[in-house]
Amino acid sequence: MHGKLTNVAFSKILAELQQKYLLYAPKRFNDQGRFSDTDLIRYGEISSVEEIVWQEKSAFSPKEIVFPITQTLFHFTCDEFRESKLKEKKKVLVFLRPCDINGLKRLDTIYLENGVEPDLYYKRLRERVKFVMIECSESFDNCFCVSMGANTTDNYSLAVRFASDNVLLEVKDKELENFFSAKLVNAEFKPEFVTENRQQVRVPDVDEMPAEMYDHEMWDEYSSRCIACGRCNTTCVTCSCFDTYDLFSDDNTNIGERRRVWSCCHVDGFTDIAGGHSFRHSNGARMRFKTFHKVYDFKRRFGKEQMCVGCGRCDDNCPEYISFANCINKVTDNLQNLIGSHPKADTASNSATTLLRKRSKEQNILSENGKN
Amino acid sequence: MCNNPLKPEPYKITNIIRDTEFEWTFAIDFSGEIKAGQFFQVSLPRVGEMPISVSNMRGGLEMTIRKTGKVSGYVFDLEAGDNIFLRGPYGTSFPIDDYKGKHLVIMAGGSGSAPVRPIIEHFYYNSDEITSMDIILGFRIPDLILFKDDIKKWSKKFNTVLTVDNPDDSWTGKVGLGTKYVGDIDFSDAENMAVVIVGPPVMIGFCVREFTSRNVKNEQITVSMERRMACGIGKCGRCKINDKYICQDGPIFRYDEAVNLID
Repeated sequence: MHGKLTNVAFSKILAELQQKYLLYAPKRFNDQGRFSDTDLIRYGEISSVEEIVWQEKSAFSPKEIVFPITQTLFHFTCDEFRESKLKEKKKVLVFLRPCDINGLKRLDTIYLENGVEPDLYYKRLRERVKFVMIECSESFDNCFCVSMGANTTDNYSLAVRFASDNVLLEVKDKELENFFSAKLVNAEFKPEFVTENRQQVRVPDVDEMPAEMYDHEMWDEYSSRCIACGRCNTTCVTCSCFDTYDLFSDDNTNIGERRRVWSCCHVDGFTDIAGGHSFRHSNGARMRFKTFHKVYDFKRRFGKEQMCVGCGRCDDNCPEYISFANCINKVTDNLQNLIGSHPKADTASNSATTLLRKRSKEQNILSENGKN
Repeated sequence: MCNNPLKPEPYKITNIIRDTEFEWTFAIDFSGEIKAGQFFQVSLPRVGEMPISVSNMRGGLEMTIRKTGKVSGYVFDLEAGDNIFLRGPYGTSFPIDDYKGKHLVIMAGGSGSAPVRPIIEHFYYNSDEITSMDIILGFRIPDLILFKDDIKKWSKKFNTVLTVDNPDDSWTGKVGLGTKYVGDIDFSDAENMAVVIVGPPVMIGFCVREFTSRNVKNEQITVSMERRMACGIGKCGRCKINDKYICQDGPIFRYDEAVNLID
């Protein structure tokens, strides 16, 4: 079903939908932007078309709807574990762009497919969500969805093309059709997708990442530039890592909670283990870890698409103006130089052994210096 | 929510063995199936969770815990008869069947001797399954030596080297890193050797070289890897290295696989 509605008519339907659904969309938060006198566009609950910011890219992704920043897993009374309950019974309609729909699919892969069992806390939120795809009329700054193959999708219940005073709609969901069928004015609409971004990325295409790339000098740049703030992680729609921690009430230490909270591979403490060991000390090594996860490891593990969807929010938000898109291109260039200069001279396994030897020698020198 | 994999269950602590001042072995009344090398998420409500490997399975579950962080600190306040909360067991196990008919070498440093203890115990009671076994256990100081009674027992059947890095005046045993004693092992049939190495990351690298330089191949070596974990079920992302998740694909790896895991 497809057709046209005035903004006034669409807002009326949104009001009716609110009886059954929570409506989330990118919206404007005045004067909360990165710089003084700038606004922040992020996800929030809306009740009218006017609140939806469709002309700009949101600084944050919609992932909080299925993967909240903090989430209570258990309530404790003494030694009793009680699972947290969902307060909200309504379903969710979320307005989001194709890259974010594809991004949430990557979260599904981690939370529902990785490991033996699905994550029930993610599943119970995810099951309630229906997608309203916002058609992108043009590519924004730093977007590289086309290079990542994440510019298109058919995974939506409703698709919308916004204009100043009306919307064109495609309704695919039977339940939603009931809300729209009587009011839609006849009009042709098939959503279109961005086919070109100003920012283009060449994704590394290699079966086995050579060990030399892990210690490549290209990462040194990020050791000096990156300040390990984790903004790229928190704004990324596909970053899914978390930590759990317990807390108890000051008034009554028998009462407490176990919570899950976002955690970032760029930030100190991510790899700390008991006894004082940690891994990936330099910010360059953390950049390498994230980069390879987004454009190599994920695809290698799950055999599907790359993890990164090219939304470009990491580049929009980095306080050091590090470009992840450029970083991916540098990996590809350096990889080509490497493979070009030693065609199959070193197997991955041999080069890894050489690298580990080099590293353990360095660590030995470091620990001996520490002793002195 | 039914069958929530993150929900721990209470189990009774039946005994606490104080191996050292900071490392105690907790015997727990757990009756499920466990394999050598696997780990549990040990949990205390209002305190937190931590991954701990199994240090014994014969006659019940034992876990040897070092008091080194928040959760372990509180675990040391527990007494026999108290409940401890567990999820698991998780992870891959040592390929015991692959060691059968082989000359097995077990090398462990410090608390790394906990996860190898179930392998040694298995072959102690089934010694006809292997041609021979050498055990090299290294500890920093004599006061940190774990499983002293077991080591005495093992040494009656197998060549067991117990060494300390920093001896005190009363120490009469071997001194130095475990690597120093690898050369004393009979490598005449290196092809038929199986080697298990567990310890801190730096130790693993040095030990592997002692063996590969004597014609043992990477695929004959098994290692156990340790990473931070918040879930144990492949979601939290903390234990990921390359495309592997230590909680799912490990903690036990063949070294030819582990060597490609680069942090």
